Amino acid sequence: MTQGDAEPIRLPMAELQVAKAADRQFQLPKEPPTEDYRKLLFELEAAGEIEVLRVPEPFVEVDTKFGRKKKVPLENTWHHKSCGQCGHIPGYSTSIFWLNREFGFNYHDPREQTSCTAWNYYASSTSNPAAQAAVACRNFAQAKLDGYFPLIHCGTSYGHYKEVRAQLLHHPELRNQVRKILARLNLPFVFPEEIVHYSEWVHVMREKIAERQVRDFSSITVTVHPACHYHKLVVEDAIYDADLYDGQRTAIVSGVVTALGAKVADYSTWHDCCGFGFRHILVSRDFSRSFATIRKIERMKEEADPDVTLTHDTGCVTTLDKSQFSTQAHNRNVGIPVMSDAQFAALSMGAHPYLVCQLHWHGVDMKPLLEQMGIDHEKAWKEFEEVADKLEKSPESYLTWEEV
Amino acid sequence: MNPIYKDARYTEVPYEEKLKLFDAVKSDMRYPHELHGCYECGICVAACPSARFFDFSPRVFAQTMAREDVHSFYELLNDNVWDCSQCFSCTCCPRQNNPGGIITIMREVAVNDGLQSAKDALQAYSRIIYKVMSTGTQVSPDMLQPDFFPDWGPDVRDVSLNLDVWRRAIPPETMHTVELAWDVSEKTRLELYMIWKLTGNLEMIENVDEGLYMILEEVMEELLEEHGYDIDDFDNILED
Ligand code: SF4
Ligand code: SF4
Repeated sequence: MTQGDAEPIRLPMAELQVAKAADRQFQLPKEPPTEDYRKLLFELEAAGEIEVLRVPEPFVEVDTKFGRKKKVPLENTWHHKSCGQCGHIPGYSTSIFWLNREFGFNYHDPREQTSCTAWNYYASSTSNPAAQAAVACRNFAQAKLDGYFPLIHCGTSYGHYKEVRAQLLHHPELRNQVRKILARLNLPFVFPEEIVHYSEWVHVMREKIAERQVRDFSSITVTVHPACHYHKLVVEDAIYDADLYDGQRTAIVSGVVTALGAKVADYSTWHDCCGFGFRHILVSRDFSRSFATIRKIERMKEEADPDVTLTHDTGCVTTLDKSQFSTQAHNRNVGIPVMSDAQFAALSMGAHPYLVCQLHWHGVDMKPLLEQMGIDHEKAWKEFEEVADKLEKSPESYLTWEEV
Repeated sequence: MNPIYKDARYTEVPYEEKLKLFDAVKSDMRYPHELHGCYECGICVAACPSARFFDFSPRVFAQTMAREDVHSFYELLNDNVWDCSQCFSCTCCPRQNNPGGIITIMREVAVNDGLQSAKDALQAYSRIIYKVMSTGTQVSPDMLQPDFFPDWGPDVRDVSLNLDVWRRAIPPETMHTVELAWDVSEKTRLELYMIWKLTGNLEMIENVDEGLYMILEEVMEELLEEHGYDIDDFDNILED
């Protein structure tokens, strides 16, 4: 056969019936492509291996990435705090507690809690899966003993515990190690039915928060930064909503902003990380600073010019906020206040900006934003200073919930 | 086996030594979940923050491991592994790879082997390891010092000047501390120390920072003894 007689090579494109881009519509897969971790957890429970800590009533069911439902408890929650929030941005955790108190929800703020220690795990790797799983399960066992269900404040704890869950589900040898450790600690081997992040609680509470809103946010433009460890590290059980971004991006944070009547503004690096880096933010901050300002803050400024950027994780608030100060020396286009969805929601319901939201621990100037929210920040700061003066004079005293 | 690249580094390190570490990564129980092969498409690189500011590429990690290139692996282990941000943006990989997860394992192998490059990378970080291992919380209010965070602006100075009063001016009782993020109970710290001992975590620290190891061992021994425990009763169960 000469070359001219050769049959043309037939590419299989016609049979594939791929719709043209213009005709395509985003649709969830008919079947989730991932395993159902709850099914596996309950199988292990039935086999007598572990006990599954049930999500307590009342709970709200929401859609996750591939269309499965997830239960988010409203109360009886064991607040698994975040070291970066409590240590460096204390108004973050305080606002979560304040919201729970405003709704009269029963919760527990334990002293018998360690961090997930995953900041260190991702920064230095001076740990191993058995230790990390044991730390997680020690906290969960304590939550069970206290009679509450864990609500995770930190995005990294949330992502890491989901990693731990996958490892425990698939590795009997790891389960044996953790079982041995917990036996030495005299603790039960329990794992929660769902790993629930506080921002998921804010999300399911958003309409109720909006009903109690006393400050008008309609003139406020917000950019949202979703935390990588929330929606990229174990993608399965992050919340998605067909009405937000057509279900293609996580609905977290954007949902509450919309419910509160503020405007969510998009920008091109929405999917990018904040630059935290775990090790970098502590000992190699030139990287974190460069990434946060050049890839995130400047993009937001140029494309959306927001009044505030909201996020839902410890490291993201820290990196996006604290990175802005010194870059002014290089004439970078910065100056966006940064806070969490919990602080934003609390402010909408009338929380004090300093006594509750503790905004004086943040870096970027919040005053223009507070004015836009209708808050007299000078008066509010005077009220904070009066409290501080009183506390200074009596070294054994503390600000109480009743006073705020 | 000789390295195949003209500009190969670490040619003085025996192949067997490199292979030992390569095999340690490959035999980790997490490894089969993290790498399934690589299209070399570079999607992970586009999503990677570290790739933008360092000479760093998650694709190179995936490729190197998939190709079983032991020499290049050893270079990455020493020269690149600590640049990763551990953000896991690279999980957008169309082959369901997790280059960041491969890197977590590689770092652990580097620490366990006491590589000098790991020691160097973690040198400035040891006080943080001390904090999290001894208290159960990683960062604390008293770390907010202007000399540690000079680039974070004047609010760090304000916080450090007013630290005691400002911490007491926070409503949740668990947060009235300056040395810990929250007040971790002694019982919980004790249980944490047992976990570190039972999982050989202290030995990991010994591999990279002997001084830190000795301090941590002493702190833990003291609390355990106070509660009637002998630190030597908590052998590493992972060696069983
Ligand atoms: S690891 Fe995945 S995303 Fe990266 S180059 Fe390979 S196939 Fe592509
Ligand atoms: S985990 Fe590491 S390799 Fe992956 S995207 Fe983040 S910085 Fe890049």
